[in-house]
Amino acid sequence: MSPTPGLEARGRTGTAPLLLTRGLRKHFPLRGGVLQRVQAWVRAVDDVTFDVKPGETLGIVGESGCGKSTLARLILRLVEPDAGSVWFDGEDVRRALPGRMKRLRRDMQLVFQDPYASLNPRLTIEAAVAFSLLVHGVGRAEARDKARALLGRVGLDPRLYGRRYPHELSGGQRQRVNIARALVLDPKLLLLDEPVSALDKSVQAQVLNLLQGLKTERALTYVFISHDLNVIEYVSDRVLVMYLGQVVETGTAEALAEAPKHPYTQALFASAPSMDPDRRMERPPIAGDPPNPIDPPSGCRFRTRCAFAMPKCAEVPPPPVTVAPSHDVACYLYEPATVPA
Amino acid sequence: MWRYVGRRLVLAIPTLLGASIIVFAMVHLAPGDPIAAVMPVDASKEQVEAVKKAYGFDQPLPVQYLKWLGRVVTGDLGKSIATRRAVILDVRDALANSLVLAASSSLMAFVAGIALGLLAAFRQGRALDKIASGIAVIGVSVPHYWAGIILIIIFSVQLNWLPAMGAASDGGVVDYARHMALPTIALALIPLGVIARVVRSAALDVLAQEFVLALRAKGLAHRRVFTHVVKNAAPQTITVLGLQFGFQLGGSVLVEAVFSWPGTGYLLNLAIFQRDIPVLQGVILVLATFFVLLNLLVDVLQTFIDPRIARH
Amino acid sequence: MSVVALPQEVSTVAGAPMSYWRTVAWRLARDRATLVAGAILLLIAVSALLAPWIAPHDPNAGSIRLRLAPIGGATHPLGTDEQGRDMLSRLLWGGRMTLVAGLTPVVVAFLVGTVLGVIAGYAGGLTNTLVMRTMDVFYAFPAVLLAIAISGALGPGLPNTLISLSIVFIPRVVRVAESATVQVKGLEFVAAARASGAGVWPILRHHLLANILGPVLVFASTQVSLSIILAAGLSFLGLGVTPPAAEWGLMLNTLRQSIYVNAIVPALPGLAIFVTSMAFNLVSDGLRDAMEIRS
Ligand SMILES: Nc1ncnc2c1ncn2[C@@H]1O[C@H](COP(=O)(O)OP(=O)(O)OP(=O)(O)O)[C@@H](O)[C@H]1O
Ligand SMILES: [Mg+2]
Repeated sequence: MSPTPGLEARGRTGTAPLLLTRGLRKHFPLRGGVLQRVQAWVRAVDDVTFDVKPGETLGIVGESGCGKSTLARLILRLVEPDAGSVWFDGEDVRRALPGRMKRLRRDMQLVFQDPYASLNPRLTIEAAVAFSLLVHGVGRAEARDKARALLGRVGLDPRLYGRRYPHELSGGQRQRVNIARALVLDPKLLLLDEPVSALDKSVQAQVLNLLQGLKTERALTYVFISHDLNVIEYVSDRVLVMYLGQVVETGTAEALAEAPKHPYTQALFASAPSMDPDRRMERPPIAGDPPNPIDPPSGCRFRTRCAFAMPKCAEVPPPPVTVAPSHDVACYLYEPATVPA
Repeated sequence: MWRYVGRRLVLAIPTLLGASIIVFAMVHLAPGDPIAAVMPVDASKEQVEAVKKAYGFDQPLPVQYLKWLGRVVTGDLGKSIATRRAVILDVRDALANSLVLAASSSLMAFVAGIALGLLAAFRQGRALDKIASGIAVIGVSVPHYWAGIILIIIFSVQLNWLPAMGAASDGGVVDYARHMALPTIALALIPLGVIARVVRSAALDVLAQEFVLALRAKGLAHRRVFTHVVKNAAPQTITVLGLQFGFQLGGSVLVEAVFSWPGTGYLLNLAIFQRDIPVLQGVILVLATFFVLLNLLVDVLQTFIDPRIARH
Repeated sequence: MSVVALPQEVSTVAGAPMSYWRTVAWRLARDRATLVAGAILLLIAVSALLAPWIAPHDPNAGSIRLRLAPIGGATHPLGTDEQGRDMLSRLLWGGRMTLVAGLTPVVVAFLVGTVLGVIAGYAGGLTNTLVMRTMDVFYAFPAVLLAIAISGALGPGLPNTLISLSIVFIPRVVRVAESATVQVKGLEFVAAARASGAGVWPILRHHLLANILGPVLVFASTQVSLSIILAAGLSFLGLGVTPPAAEWGLMLNTLRQSIYVNAIVPALPGLAIFVTSMAFNLVSDGLRDAMEIRS
């Protein structure tokens, strides 16, 4: 790996990525026994590498527990990775000192998964949004005004809602507050961890439209995490499919929808209740429960549920191969295509 | 399950060691020279030194502690400064009396507490519930030493039914029981209140379950509802009872003082007045050990009743 | 154990926005038992505070000729004690002592215990193990025994009572504060604050303390009743306030010998302890319900 992956990636794609990760890994210890020794490791995120170009929306999709939230937290260094690196805007995030880290956190923000736990019940929503600004040394009055303006932009009239407490809001309204809180620092990158999963279908559409509007308005880059393929297809330019802490396939939203390569991706698309009747039930749905991230299968982690599993799948994890321009699959079924440079 | 039991046993050891350090430190918390209490006022310097040496007070503290601990685990709690008797003997006799009292008051609290709690739960919101809950609040609020005095005033002074002081020295079982009656009641008040509260809320939880509601709605199966409630409230009740039994042992100090009941509390009281530190240490150490082991027992029992706890 | 209640849906007055604390106050105002108990507490506290001005007699002046006068007399409405001192005046003055001796340890334990518990809970790891295992050791003793052991070693006197009772209550507060801290620390809004670049102090102040102080305070309030009973109990054993000062437990002790002469007067100091402790219990119960804290 070259010392500055940013430059390397620029050489290949033309524009420098805003965010890139290389070999990110996080294993959580499971402790037990009399002496609280480590008994097993939860391999939440294992060797995850991807790029996000400025202005695009990268969708990350995968089953519950496959490490999506952990990945988001690793990128923001809310959880320290065990290995690998994160580069944001050409800067090594893992090497950033506290002062620099604080600055970096203005530029990358996260909208959390749980709209109920992600707001402090003792702060009014106005105060919750203004808090980030106060932390960064903005004066009280200015912070308040900015917070109120942004609340208005996400569709919560500050005169009506500003002084309310989170428990007085609906799930959709809370998620709007979360979005306002993330945007108040004017970030370049917004990580959205299942921002609409907890919401009703009709509210989902409203929030998704709001997010689309904000994106163009503020020239944002999104990393959009969801387990819902329909949502992912709707919002993403490119999609990354995760399975038990690993990336199994990346490609443009169209490529994945039309020609998914990895058996897991195929199964995902097949089992998702699609809007398109032609595509329904083309492939068999995934058999069995997802294996445990505590003791993932050797080699390819999907092989225990895979209809095409071969002996060699159990040995070495398949490396990603490029099957088409910006379409990578980690599966032994595919040979690298000769991609024109 | 057994691993959990083993784990709890191992975890009790540092707790006990910590407790022993606290008890050991008591000598050094005491104002003045611990020797001063033992020696006549006009003792010569050499005499003082000799006694210091005999008690090991001339050595560094950690050494003193380890030596003391070594003796303690073999059951040697030292000699009483006041009576010169081995502390372990005094503590043993007193503990027997205290255990009897703790057992009888726990039994009383258990029976009355459960009855009160169930009554309150089955009559939720009605007058009987309010009365039962009231008694429970009174139970946990009343200073039991004062309750003891009130009992003496009523049953000994006014009615002259029961003796006010001491344990029967040679009067036989009936006399012993008569002496025990009042301290038992006084000591039962707190756990009674606590148990009644626990039973009431546990029973209410069960009664709120849907199929119990259905059973009750049919107006049938009173007995089935009742057994179900009792079965489900049992684990919590047993836990509370076990813990309360421990509190009874330690908490009886004040009640024993009121009734001059010759238990550990009385001994402790005596030791405090005579500034008899070895006895003070001995009593507290024995009671703390008892308490820790009892907690352990409760925990273990609970895992047998409800195995989910071990996995937690 | 779920210590921290995150209010989900709260019935608000006419849909107006209502802060958590206003909701709590609103609920308390509707809880009659708590209000009555609170009023009794207020009465006890105010009369104890005003003892120097409202006590009819010198609490320490008495004459042997007036020993154990019955209650209902014109000059001594609550009778006199075994030394002929006015009971009403002594009860008023004694309330000061008992309240100080009972409340101070809980306040100290609340302050020290919250700090220790938050540090242990927020730091986690070795710090947590060290603090919490040390606290566990104190749980090897039933409260009464621990108080008597420490007081017994330190000797009598009000300061020693305060020290020993503080030691009894600190570990309890630490446990509650620690578990509340761990619980709140794991919630996403704390992670969100960190993601905004907030350092330890702003997070502790605005996010952690704001959410745990309520439950810890309520827990501390449930301990006041026990603390008062123990403080008076230590005096009752001769380990607390020293004579001739008036203190309820001490008064109960010295009057105890006189029950054969006068059955009512010796019961009064204990009654005062009982009423105070029960009022504290009722108020803390009401507070707990109003704040939706389950134990
Ligand atoms: N702090 C932690 N300690 C131990 N294990 C953890 C921790 N955080 C996450 N895990 C484990 O790591 C795995 C991945 O969790 P993660 O929350 O990242 O999944 P997810 O893809 O976001 O799932 P969901 O769709 O349910 O949100 C899970 O098995 C989870 O139990
Ligand atoms: Mg998640």
